[in-house]
Amino acid sequence: MPRTLQLGLSVNGEAVELSFAAYKTLLEVLREDLGLTGTKHGCELGECGACAVLIDGQPQLSCLVLAAECEGRAVETVEGLARGAELHPLQAAFADLGAAQCGYCTPGILMTAKALLDKEKTPTRERIKEAISGNLCRCTGYQQIFEAIEEAALRLEHERHR
Amino acid sequence: MNVIGKPRRRVDGRAKVTGQTRFADDIVLPRMLHMKLLRSPHAHALIREINVEKAKQCPGVHLVLTGKDFPVTFGILPVTQDEYPLAPEHVRYVGDPVAAVVAKDEKTATEALDLIEVQYKILDTISSPEEALAKPEPRIHAYSERGNIHRLQAFEFGDVDAALAKSDHVFEDLFFYEGNTHLPIEQHAAVAALDGEGKLTLWSSTQVPHYVHRCLARVLRVPASQIRVIACPNGGGFGGKCDVCNHEMVVAKAAMLLGRPVKICLNREEVFYMHRGRHPVLMKMRTGVTRDGKLTGMHVQTLVDGGGYGSYGVASTFYTGALQTVTYELPRYKFDAARVFTNKPPCGPKRGHGTPQPRFGQEVQLDKIAERLGMDPAELRLGIVAKPDSLTANWLKIGSIGLAECIRQVVARSDWNSKFKKLPYGRGVGLACGSYLCGAGLPIYWNRMPQCGVQLLLDRSGQVTVFCGATEIGQGSDDVLVAIVAEVLGIDPIEVRCITGDTGITPVDLGSYSSRVTVMMGNAAIQASQKLKDLIAIAAAEQLEVAPDRLTFANGKVFFDNKSLSFMEAVGFAEEKFGTLGAVGSYKPPRSPGRYKGAGVGPSPAYSYTACVVETDVDPKTGWITVPKIWIAHDIGRTINPVLARGQVEGSVYMGLSEALMEEQVFRRLPPKLSSALVHKIPSLLEYKSLTSLDMPEVDTVLIEDPDPNCPFGAKEAGQGPLLPVMPAVANAIYDAIGVRIDELPITPDKVLKALQLKAQGKPARVGPEHFPAVPYPEPLIVPPPWEGGDGKEIKKNDAAAVV
Repeated sequence: MPRTLQLGLSVNGEAVELSFAAYKTLLEVLREDLGLTGTKHGCELGECGACAVLIDGQPQLSCLVLAAECEGRAVETVEGLARGAELHPLQAAFADLGAAQCGYCTPGILMTAKALLDKEKTPTRERIKEAISGNLCRCTGYQQIFEAIEEAALRLEHERHR
Repeated sequence: MNVIGKPRRRVDGRAKVTGQTRFADDIVLPRMLHMKLLRSPHAHALIREINVEKAKQCPGVHLVLTGKDFPVTFGILPVTQDEYPLAPEHVRYVGDPVAAVVAKDEKTATEALDLIEVQYKILDTISSPEEALAKPEPRIHAYSERGNIHRLQAFEFGDVDAALAKSDHVFEDLFFYEGNTHLPIEQHAAVAALDGEGKLTLWSSTQVPHYVHRCLARVLRVPASQIRVIACPNGGGFGGKCDVCNHEMVVAKAAMLLGRPVKICLNREEVFYMHRGRHPVLMKMRTGVTRDGKLTGMHVQTLVDGGGYGSYGVASTFYTGALQTVTYELPRYKFDAARVFTNKPPCGPKRGHGTPQPRFGQEVQLDKIAERLGMDPAELRLGIVAKPDSLTANWLKIGSIGLAECIRQVVARSDWNSKFKKLPYGRGVGLACGSYLCGAGLPIYWNRMPQCGVQLLLDRSGQVTVFCGATEIGQGSDDVLVAIVAEVLGIDPIEVRCITGDTGITPVDLGSYSSRVTVMMGNAAIQASQKLKDLIAIAAAEQLEVAPDRLTFANGKVFFDNKSLSFMEAVGFAEEKFGTLGAVGSYKPPRSPGRYKGAGVGPSPAYSYTACVVETDVDPKTGWITVPKIWIAHDIGRTINPVLARGQVEGSVYMGLSEALMEEQVFRRLPPKLSSALVHKIPSLLEYKSLTSLDMPEVDTVLIEDPDPNCPFGAKEAGQGPLLPVMPAVANAIYDAIGVRIDELPITPDKVLKALQLKAQGKPARVGPEHFPAVPYPEPLIVPPPWEGGDGKEIKKNDAAAVV
């Protein structure tokens, strides 16, 4: 096995050519090789959900994905969520409604919620609970996270009708 | 008020949702190296020899450190300086660090750990408090009070035995609260580097940069003035980053020796070993009551499992008794406590620090008392709520109390009266209350200096910069600081830049623990802001030709009637008149009336109060407990930002419910043939169970505002108190649902089934501790309560009868 791998992928819409140690996970490559430290780690074992990113639109735990598997794929992280200087409605709702306390689980939950809202425009509270059940948050008690995702769904709906 | 009490996006909200908040492990510096720690695989052993030569030879390894490199001990409390950064000869729990490797990357460092050869002489493991009491040898620490008993405490505030003898009923119950851990999602990380002047900077995920600063100076033998500790925003703390950590000392030493930045990030397993979490506590409570439900006296005995080191343990042990007097009127009180050393990760402060355990016991016992007396549990409590502006039996000064209103709110909102004892079998409601500190009255190390300082700078551009050593751990302390400055100066919070948690540039604040930050930092911030407001008013008054005291500061203006200046213009005139504008404020809690030895733990500028109702649905076939809804009312004094306050309360409900139903830090022995080790049963996030989004019930939150005169705008704490009533309310609701008492936490389905089985067999339907071991508690310190002629000092035993 070569010590370093070279491959190309899309990160937050930009084409990236990378050379990295072959054993690295996508999480490590994002944080260490690309400097995208917005994606967090809480266990490196797929237990906490802090490292969730979107790969081809699907939420994935980046600590369980080898970067080597990502050739040609589209990766989205929290850094790519805002529209320029303007926050994505999910980000705005999280900030306004107390869904981010310490903020450490927040990037993973935002990306998981984005995948949900991309598929379902007005998910029920139960669907939201299911969607983020793999993301642990120790601060909020989840209530304000549920409310922020519901509020973001409303804001997105409003955008579509504008 | 224009800012206080209004819902706002927190000042650091944008950074947190864009991934820009820089946590300790997000810091990357040029030429940075990585460190890993080698930890003891044995629970109790002596180190015979460490051979690090092979590790040193490993390509990519820059440095290997062992206990020999660290001759000086440290510890958070002055009385327990019992830890070495790396253990030189004696390891006391699985995970005790013994060596460190610094290498070009984490992988190389981790691989080199395997090349270090350590020869251990294995000692018998002390695994439980019972064992610690029975076996003085092998002794875990030479400095312990006797054998493996770390600390003994005993106090008597009035003759409790006499009070119980005269009571209509005496209730005696045993309770057990299993230990659990903080589980912040961020693992501890630290980066150390020498700056351009050769001085040390440490960035760390710590709640207590000031104490880390002091300990680094001691351990590294470097003047504190040459060290700067920067507390990064914590990715959750809950008390888990309140202690000074081995890795902080070792990474700092490595950076100093190598002249290069060095980083360490603990993995999840190591965070479980670091621990400092909730102490397991066995409790015995004897309580006397009159037939109309008044308390006559209480005797609490606790046996506290401390783990391998002191940590905050002496304080934690005091807290298993000190705040039992603050919630309800209690004429006499006796408290005996013992903390023992065991070969497990050290216990310390977790949210509620020592108080949740006896609170669980007392609130479940009150439920039993109400049932025996035929009283409604809410009515019983309403009849005994402590009085505002009063002293307690142990000489704590209580200010405002909103507890009665909290109880009335949760009773009304939960429809308690139509549910309690009236729901079908399997469903039930339970009620409990609690109270908590708004900051510890005394600092951890003895001094007469302020516990919090705030500095404020203003300039002609209208910039307001506030500096404070307080640490943002997610609770919103930066937002509180900005809100208070903005309120006093009449400006928008967006105008205030805040710089916090940096011992190099911010005034000392003792740290984010004991729910102290809002009260202490808030008072200091008001003082600093008011000083500058007064100067600006004088200068603006000259320009507007009005008296300074007639001016109003609001909405970015300084005005009277139709005469007005913008805030920026007013600051410019003040700078012209007084020179560069700056001010400081500081805060020290009022002196507590208690004068006896041990009176230092328990006093606070104010106490918060909470009441909670939990509804449960228990399946008698499986023992499975579902919680459909929780109602909570918290006496917060005054709400600064309701979005954040609600988040603190609901986060407390979440953590309390998680502790009630599943969280436990438990250990198992390996087969004796294999090892004497006591290993963590579940040092992983998957196996250490905590509530997920699917498990979390709906929470109805009410904030009761009963402003306390000692607090900034009357604002009390919200981060810890609301956790306290949740666990006992769950236990009481389970009793209402299926008629069984589970007198220990967590309450798991197997315990429910066992209790139902006992009930079916006609035995007492209770699961909980059956036996309280003989503990050699000392003769108590006798302190007459305020209403029995005392003056807050201890008296000799013979004098007690005379005073009473």
